[in-house]
Amino acid sequence: MSTAILVRPTLGQRISGPATAALEFLRLLSQRPVGLAGFVGIVFFLLLAFVAPYFVPLQNDPSLVDIYLTPSAAHPLGTDFQGKDVLNQIVYGGQPIMIVAILAALFSTIIAITFGSIAATIGGRIDTAILAITDVTLTLPKLILLIAVAAILRPTSFVFLAVILGLLQWSSLLRQIRAQVLSLRERDYVEAARSLDLGLFHIVFREILPTMRSYIAIHFIFAMTEAMYAQVFIIFLGLVPVSGSNWGIMLYFAQGQGALFFRDSIWYILSPILAISLVQLSLVSFASALEDIFNPRLRGS
Amino acid sequence: MTAVPVASEPIGVRWNPRRYFGGFWRHPIARAVFKAVLTIWVTTTLTFFLIRLMPGSPVELKIDELIQTANGALTYDDAKAIASGLFAINLNAPLHEQYASFVWNLLHLDLGNSFLSAGTSVTSIILSVLPWTLFSVGTGLLLSFIAGIGLGLLAAYRRNSLLDRVVSTGGSFVSSIPNYLIALLMILFLGVQFRLINFTSMRGAYSSGTQPGFTPQFIGDIFYHAALPITIYFMTQIGHWILSMRSATLSALEEDYVTAARARGLSDGRIRSAYVGRNAVLPLVTQLAISVGFIVGGAAIIEQIFAYQGVGLRLLAAVTQRDYPVIQGIVLLTTGSVVIANLAADLLYSKLDPRIGRAGGASG
Repeated sequence: MSTAILVRPTLGQRISGPATAALEFLRLLSQRPVGLAGFVGIVFFLLLAFVAPYFVPLQNDPSLVDIYLTPSAAHPLGTDFQGKDVLNQIVYGGQPIMIVAILAALFSTIIAITFGSIAATIGGRIDTAILAITDVTLTLPKLILLIAVAAILRPTSFVFLAVILGLLQWSSLLRQIRAQVLSLRERDYVEAARSLDLGLFHIVFREILPTMRSYIAIHFIFAMTEAMYAQVFIIFLGLVPVSGSNWGIMLYFAQGQGALFFRDSIWYILSPILAISLVQLSLVSFASALEDIFNPRLRGS
Repeated sequence: MTAVPVASEPIGVRWNPRRYFGGFWRHPIARAVFKAVLTIWVTTTLTFFLIRLMPGSPVELKIDELIQTANGALTYDDAKAIASGLFAINLNAPLHEQYASFVWNLLHLDLGNSFLSAGTSVTSIILSVLPWTLFSVGTGLLLSFIAGIGLGLLAAYRRNSLLDRVVSTGGSFVSSIPNYLIALLMILFLGVQFRLINFTSMRGAYSSGTQPGFTPQFIGDIFYHAALPITIYFMTQIGHWILSMRSATLSALEEDYVTAARARGLSDGRIRSAYVGRNAVLPLVTQLAISVGFIVGGAAIIEQIFAYQGVGLRLLAAVTQRDYPVIQGIVLLTTGSVVIANLAADLLYSKLDPRIGRAGGASG
């Protein structure tokens, strides 16, 4: 046993570990049809958002003769109030929304991990201060604040929007990470690392956080759904200066043009609704399946 | 190295703030009250900062606007004086005095006047829309909480049955679709495609002809107009309560006291209500308060879609009109009410769970 630690693993060993883990993960996932459907949905929408635009030519010219066409071979999802193809907008409108959601989730997760683990490992007054700030942010009515902040600051770039969204949603994850780190730091292997005097950085990033990988991944997905919700929320209300095209902007225009109330324009408004809902559903059902797989307490019986 | 005396002073002689503050912080009620006051203070300061100090702040914008509309007939100082009156801030005073008077006015519930309808106080505007949001959000939340707890308990008891799968999968499905999309789908299918509901007549908080009062007609009318928003709040919240109650019940079922109660031969119904149900509901009470804040925020978009005259719709109108005193007032008011709801939940929780009431017992 002791020699096995000292020998450097060969390339084959290093690959076979993650490979069998991935296979085992897929096997567990395939036993959960809803989670598997979510996984397939996520892969589909990632391909749609990041790969499909390279293969589908952009059709951005308004055409006055083609307004509100019903679905046909040329326009599988019909056309909008300017005669633009709806399917084309769906293909091109996914990427900006996904990028903002991923960025916002990334910001909030980084804030939560950094300050959550600092609070738990250092403790004392810093812990009290971080916890107090977190408690305060947790109570704030975030969507009302988001409306006010967006109205005053007028975020014009989507990165700025992602920063605002990220700043509003780190608090609950921070509490959970702090609680996890607090329980993990009593474990034997962390104790061992501490007695070897490996330093705080090593203990947090090499010993504690890797054990929380699945946990963080699940919360990252949930943070993405929240960011997407808030993003479409703020775009739909028309509080972000509109530029370019994404599913939220499609929804905003469809509502503004009264597409909701005409029977012929149903596909125009239904397409972004379905796209956003399906992404949200896929993310949530995949994350729930992950929770189920990685939390043995729930898996039992 | 010479030996350093470890404790040169006897412990406890020197005043140690941590001993007092730490003890205070650990006391749950003091902590809850302190947290509430701190939250309100942070929002107040943040609002002041946003309105007054940001580059391109509303005050500066208003001054520019006044100068432009007066076509040069107004000097900067005159415009500043008018803006001072509008914002109820003395813009010539030093910043810390402005801040102090801002806080002082807030303590007197003086939130200034609306820009657009001169002479109408922000407080009266808020009071005219607040009841409708409280009514619709409160009803939806309460109904979803009760139904969700019942269904969650049932799902946990019949774990892995067909009912459990339908209820928990359905619950997580409905709650993962954004509420505004459900509202749009409702109008789209029930209102436009199949014409099952006449949603245009359901707009507003009550029909214009009816006389407000405790008459059956008026109460019926209120519920008719609130039916769609309440349905949305109900649908988007129920999944969360089902799933939380289900997992809380499952973990309560594993507790020793349930086994002990079974061993004592207590009836199943008694164990379910007094032992499992009661303990599983406890943590959900705090979640109920936290979700109030979320739903009031989410209500803004629902109220806009259904044209329901609540706080959210008024806030959005103020945002489009750049009516900053109203925006500020509504932000402060919603924060205040959410904080008070949380405080009430904290106090209620420490009352319901005697373990929390003891100092030092709670952590994390």
